[in-house]
Amino acid sequence: MRAVEVAGVGMHPFGRHGEKSTTEMGVTAVRAALAEAGVGRGGFQAAFCATAYGGVASGHKVLGALGMTGMPIVDVEAGCASGGAALMVAAGAIAAGQYDTVLVFGVEKMPKGIIRSSFFEPWQEEAGLAATPAYFALRARRLMDSSGVTKDHLAAVVVKNRRHGVHNEDAMFHSEVTAADVLASRVVCEPLHLWMLCTPNEGAAAVVLRANGGGPTGAVRLAAAVLRSHVPGAVLSESTPLSGLVEDDVIPPTTLAARDAYEQAGVGPEDLDVVECQDTDAARELLSYEELALCGPGSSAELLESGATQLGGRLPVNPSGGLLSKGEPLGASALGQVVELVHQLRGECGARQVPGARMALSHTVGRGANAGVVILAR
Amino acid sequence: MPAADLEPAPGRVPVRDGLFIDAETPLLVTGRCRACAHLHFPRQRICPYCSSELVDESRISGRGRLWAHTAVTAAPPGYRGDVPYGFGVVELEEGLRVIGRLTEVDPSVQHRGQPMTLVVVPLHTDDEDRTVVTYAFAPSSAEPDQTDARR
Repeated sequence: MRAVEVAGVGMHPFGRHGEKSTTEMGVTAVRAALAEAGVGRGGFQAAFCATAYGGVASGHKVLGALGMTGMPIVDVEAGCASGGAALMVAAGAIAAGQYDTVLVFGVEKMPKGIIRSSFFEPWQEEAGLAATPAYFALRARRLMDSSGVTKDHLAAVVVKNRRHGVHNEDAMFHSEVTAADVLASRVVCEPLHLWMLCTPNEGAAAVVLRANGGGPTGAVRLAAAVLRSHVPGAVLSESTPLSGLVEDDVIPPTTLAARDAYEQAGVGPEDLDVVECQDTDAARELLSYEELALCGPGSSAELLESGATQLGGRLPVNPSGGLLSKGEPLGASALGQVVELVHQLRGECGARQVPGARMALSHTVGRGANAGVVILAR
Repeated sequence: MPAADLEPAPGRVPVRDGLFIDAETPLLVTGRCRACAHLHFPRQRICPYCSSELVDESRISGRGRLWAHTAVTAAPPGYRGDVPYGFGVVELEEGLRVIGRLTEVDPSVQHRGQPMTLVVVPLHTDDEDRTVVTYAFAPSSAEPDQTDARR
C-alpha cells in the first residue's frame, strides 16, 4: 500500500453567507487547496465531494464552475462524518494505486434552526420524535448520571472552545463567553442550554491528497482515515433508533472508528498532540474524550478540569474553537477539522498554535450512525 | 384480556399503525426474535440484532422505569402539537429500552428509576376531525413487577 500525504488545503469560512451558493463557497475552498498543492486543471484523477444537504451533483457544480470536469466526481453523504467518509474513500484509492492525486472537498448550506432531516419518518415528525436536540440532551443526561459531569462542566467546554475560536478567522463566533453567560442562555432541552449547542451553518473546505512516491517530502502524512457505522443495541446511539437493549456494553461507532484508526496509524491516544472532535453539543465533546480513549471511562470531567484539553495544556482539543465556535456545515465540517490540523502540524496557527504538534486526530460522528476518525502526522 | 378492550375509541387514529394498541390498558407492539430472543420496537420484519426473519409480534405492557429524561421546549420540524412536552427513555420490564414522549413536562420533578407506565396521548386533530394519538409514558404509582418479566 502506498503512503498518502496532504498536498494542499483550503477553506471558505464557516458562518452565514446570505445568498452565496454552495457552489461559490466550494470554488473558494477548492481553488485555495489546488493552489497550495500546485495542482491545476488535469492535475487530479478523481474528486470526492462531501455534502448532506447540497442536492444532486453538488461536486459537479463546483468543478464545472472551475472548468475542471472529466474525471470521476462522486458526492459522498455520511451525515456529520461526510468529509471523513470522502477522505477514507480517496485515501484508499490512492493507497491501492488507483489514483495518484485526488481532490476531496465538502460544501454545505444548512437550513436555520433545528435541522430537518429526511432521516425521520413523517410519523416520527408528527409525534414530536424528530427533536434532534432532545436526543443530545438524553445523551448528556446519561453522561451526567454515569460520571462526575455536571452542568458546570458543560458550560466549561463552551467557555474553552469559544476562547479558542477568538483566534480563528474562519469561525462563525469570535467572542469569548463566561460560564454564567452560557448557563443564562435559554434551556433548549434540559440539561442543554442554547449556547451549549452548535449552530448549523454554511461553509466549505478542501483537501488535496497525493501518493507519497517514497522518501520524506515534509508534507503532512495521512496516517489513517476510517469511517464506521453503528452496531445495534444502544438506545441513544447516533443511529437514532426508537429502542435498544438493556445492556450497556454496546461499543459506540466513535470507538470502533478510533480503534481502527489507531491500529492503522500504529499509534495510541497517548501519542496525540492535538485533537479536533465532534462538539455538536458540549456533552458530545466530553463523550468523545471517553470514546476516543483520551481518558478512561467516566473520567472526562477530570480531564477537562485538569486543563489538559485547553490551549497550553497537554492535549488541546478543538483549538479551532470547535463546532461551538465555527458552527456545523455538515458536509464541510470534518474537512474543516482536517484543514485546521494540517495548519497545526505545519505550525501556521499563530495565537492558537499547539507548539510542536506532530500527531493530530480529527473526529466526527452523527446520524446514520457514522463516525469518522482521521489521524495526521508530520 | 377481553377483545372489546382492544377496540380503539371512535374518532381516534394512531399516528402510525402497528406501534401500539389503543385500549383502556394500552399495549406496545414489539418484535420478538425467535433466534436471538431480543425484543425490538417498532417491530421489523427482520431482526435488527441477528438478521433472522423469525420475528413474532409481541404485545407488551409498557411498564418500566425511567432511564433518561428531558423536555422539548420548541416545536421540532413537522410537529403540530403543543410544546413543551416530556421526552425520554424508559427501560421496560420485558427487557428493552424505548424512546418516547413523557406526559410530565417538568424534568425537575422526575428522576431516574421512577416507575413508569404506557399511555396513549392525543397529538393534534387531523383534517378529518379525528384525534391523532401516539404512545407515551406516564409516571406510575405502581412498582413494576420484577418477578413477572415476560422475556
